[in-house]
Amino acid sequence: MQTETSNIKMVQAPEGVEGAGFFATSLEKVVGMARKNSIWPLPFATSCCGIEFMATMGAHYDLARFGSERLSFSPRQADLLMVMGTIAKKMGPVLRQVYEQMAEPRWVLSVGACASSGGIFDTYSVLQGIDRIIPVDVYVPGCPPRPEQIIDGVMKIQRLVETESLRRRDSAEYKAMLNQYGIE
Amino acid sequence: MEGTGLEKTIGILNQKYEGEVLHAAMLYDFPTITLKKDKIIEIIKFLKEHPDTRYHYLTTLCGIHFPELNQIAVMYQLHNMMSGERVRLKIYLPAEKPEVPTLTTVFAGANWMERETYDFFGVIFTGHPDLRRILNVEDMIMFPLRKEFPLEDQVREDKNDTMFGR
Repeated sequence: MQTETSNIKMVQAPEGVEGAGFFATSLEKVVGMARKNSIWPLPFATSCCGIEFMATMGAHYDLARFGSERLSFSPRQADLLMVMGTIAKKMGPVLRQVYEQMAEPRWVLSVGACASSGGIFDTYSVLQGIDRIIPVDVYVPGCPPRPEQIIDGVMKIQRLVETESLRRRDSAEYKAMLNQYGIE
Repeated sequence: MEGTGLEKTIGILNQKYEGEVLHAAMLYDFPTITLKKDKIIEIIKFLKEHPDTRYHYLTTLCGIHFPELNQIAVMYQLHNMMSGERVRLKIYLPAEKPEVPTLTTVFAGANWMERETYDFFGVIFTGHPDLRRILNVEDMIMFPLRKEFPLEDQVREDKNDTMFGR
């Protein structure tokens, strides 16, 4: 409960039935709210966008405000794969392996022109967009995007996380989408 | 010292390898010598060990593709760190069958340079201990720095050529 003197910000409760001594809402909304406010990213930073992301993590922009304090370079416990920078074709299998090692539910944020489309590197050695090998939820444009744009991308992911149904990952459409990429 | 390195090197080469030198010039203050390809390794070893040249450091080694000549050149840059003299040796190979003996017998550092040249130009260095691709993906079937290969990725469908004046 928020007191008058405290400046701790609390999350808005989801809509539900409120009465004396009880509050009833759907499980989906509670889980969505919890997931949304504790997204743990896995930064896959290969070039300049990664530097921009470091600024996003820094004190001024402070991505930790969104519950993303724990960054780890490990697929364990990670919910969000943030791909930042040029992905060469030789790096493609590595990125795909990292994605496959993440547990469901998982989201992917593609930051910057290179990760999204190959960017200015329209050449034989560069993957022309990571969506050729893994599914992507949100694209952040820019070369490189400013920290505000990366935060905007994270907030768009948060909206997806909040509204996602608990059964979406079991649906036939989702399985078919993964099968397009050859991921079981 | 500058500018004398070419005459000196040519003089030393002519002592033993008369007729191997095809062309010699100072290009951009860099003594450049074009040689016949047959004895190149022997010549580099000779220049490395000769007391007056002592080119004991291999700066770089790379390929150049000349599509109009249908030839691939291999360029060796040698450096003498005691006197600061440098020399560039070039040999020309036919593009259909670019084969040259490996330089790893003289300079161990040529190993990765030759792998790179094989990776990008397809030059076969006979006798190389481990001639594999070094930078590109292993399953690539082309030699991307040869000029008959398109530089751009061919899988894009969203490119509008009129934007690039084509």
